[in-house]
Amino acid sequence: MSSIKSIVKRELHSYFATPIAYVFIVIFLIMSGVFGFYFGNLYERGQADLIPFFNFHPWLYLFLVPAVAMRLWSEERNSGNIELLMTLPVKKMDWVIGKFLAAWLFIGLALLLTFPMVISINYLGDPDNGLIVASYLGSFLLAGGFLAIGSCLSAATKNQVIAFILSVVICFLFLLSGFPMVLNFFALFMPQVMVDAIASTSFLTHFDSITKGVLDLGDVCYFGMVIGLWLYATTLVIDMKKAN
Amino acid sequence: MIECLNLSKQFGQFTAVNDLSFTAHQGQVLGFLGPNGAGKSTTMKMITGFLEPTAGTIKVCGADITDDPIGVKRKIGYLPEGAPSYGEMEVGQFLFFIAACRGLPANLIKPAVESVISRVNLEKVYYQKIETLSKGFKRRVGLAQAIIHDPEVLIMDEPTDGLDPNQKHQVRSLITDMSKDKTIILSTHILEEVHAVCDRAIIIAGGELVADNTPTEMENMSRYHHAVSFVSDLDTELLNKIKGMDCVLDVNYDARLKETTVFPTQGLFIFDEISDFLRKESIQVKSLKMEAGRLDEVFRNITINTAEREVVK
Repeated sequence: MSSIKSIVKRELHSYFATPIAYVFIVIFLIMSGVFGFYFGNLYERGQADLIPFFNFHPWLYLFLVPAVAMRLWSEERNSGNIELLMTLPVKKMDWVIGKFLAAWLFIGLALLLTFPMVISINYLGDPDNGLIVASYLGSFLLAGGFLAIGSCLSAATKNQVIAFILSVVICFLFLLSGFPMVLNFFALFMPQVMVDAIASTSFLTHFDSITKGVLDLGDVCYFGMVIGLWLYATTLVIDMKKAN
Repeated sequence: MIECLNLSKQFGQFTAVNDLSFTAHQGQVLGFLGPNGAGKSTTMKMITGFLEPTAGTIKVCGADITDDPIGVKRKIGYLPEGAPSYGEMEVGQFLFFIAACRGLPANLIKPAVESVISRVNLEKVYYQKIETLSKGFKRRVGLAQAIIHDPEVLIMDEPTDGLDPNQKHQVRSLITDMSKDKTIILSTHILEEVHAVCDRAIIIAGGELVADNTPTEMENMSRYHHAVSFVSDLDTELLNKIKGMDCVLDVNYDARLKETTVFPTQGLFIFDEISDFLRKESIQVKSLKMEAGRLDEVFRNITINTAEREVVK
């Protein structure tokens, strides 16, 4: 446990020792604002909620989260550091969890910094703040899911660009499977049970239900399971790939 | 103590290490010699638990690495090839991080970092980012992280590679100081280093062990062992006279350096005979010395033969 703490501390420190942290946070804040106000018509809708703001998060994360995740392991392999890490008396899972948690907390921090949105909307009207808190939680869980996928693919290659592109593609598939257009297509020739099964694998389905204010334990468990499985896969991939 | 028994490692079709067995004892510095790609680094990676052997067993201080990887890793200090580290961290931060990962108790971390900093002379760069350091300092940071927890076993992959002569000397004396109560394995390409720090040397070629001796024994295997060399102007007639002596196997004359090397018949001590001869013939000699043997020659003989054997196979 103490080694996870040291790893998280070191990783977080390294984000802020390099420009990564500042670039990411600034871009994230600008983009989430632009998406919410311009494309989501947050202001013109005349409703006191943050639904348009949160609706764009999956698409924002689709590119920004793999950008954070791509360096998690491929950089360590490229610099040869992996040899040092794997010969320290620390469990492989501790490394994987530590690095993941640091990146997740970092994205969480960027998410927290969107708080002026909440203040503005509270100033403008009388929003359902419970719903907003639930949406923040959903958004954070969604970022964790993307990040776990990115962590695994980052371990698979020494090349960060490849890691980024693969992560975007896989994350996109996980989003796509909940998209109404895709589901309608499947509904043409599949029984409803199968369509529901496909929809239930999607990040979007679970994210949507949380942002609608239904904080179901199932949705939270879903993200927990996705994160756990992809992190476990990360340890396997590290083992497979560390020799070359 | 490190025991390796019938160790093999395969990468797909390629055999990097083939049936390697050896033991390194406490208080001993064991040198790994061998051409590039001979399997030295692969062997070290298996001992430190980075790679799993395809076959064979490794015991470090009596414990098998596959049974208790974390426990064994705790006893080992490892300096990987090229001394990797986090470039964006300051030297002090990096060592604090490593000490914490090594499982040192919180109250012992600070004293451990301070002591290792003074032992490898890193005081000047304590607050400097590692990526801004010179190669010599980077290597010393790598060494510091390997010895910070005072390990029983120390494994170093080319610890003096890329250092200047002064830094090499410093690292070597550090290794000699530590060798009393530790088991140390190091790999090197520099043969003088074997003489300077190692109690025993293993030569690996083509993934197999081809020699396991003390450096002195290895020198004794050399053609140059007890050979006598001197610098002087000699003509062919005199050379032939020397060659005709009973105790002489062969004579080699280097025209550029004007150096004559006289090789003795196996095991004979010919220094007296040669110096008597030179005095008798009243030859002006600039220098006269007896050679201990040349490690590089032994190394070449052993490893090149193995390489040829591989081709024949």
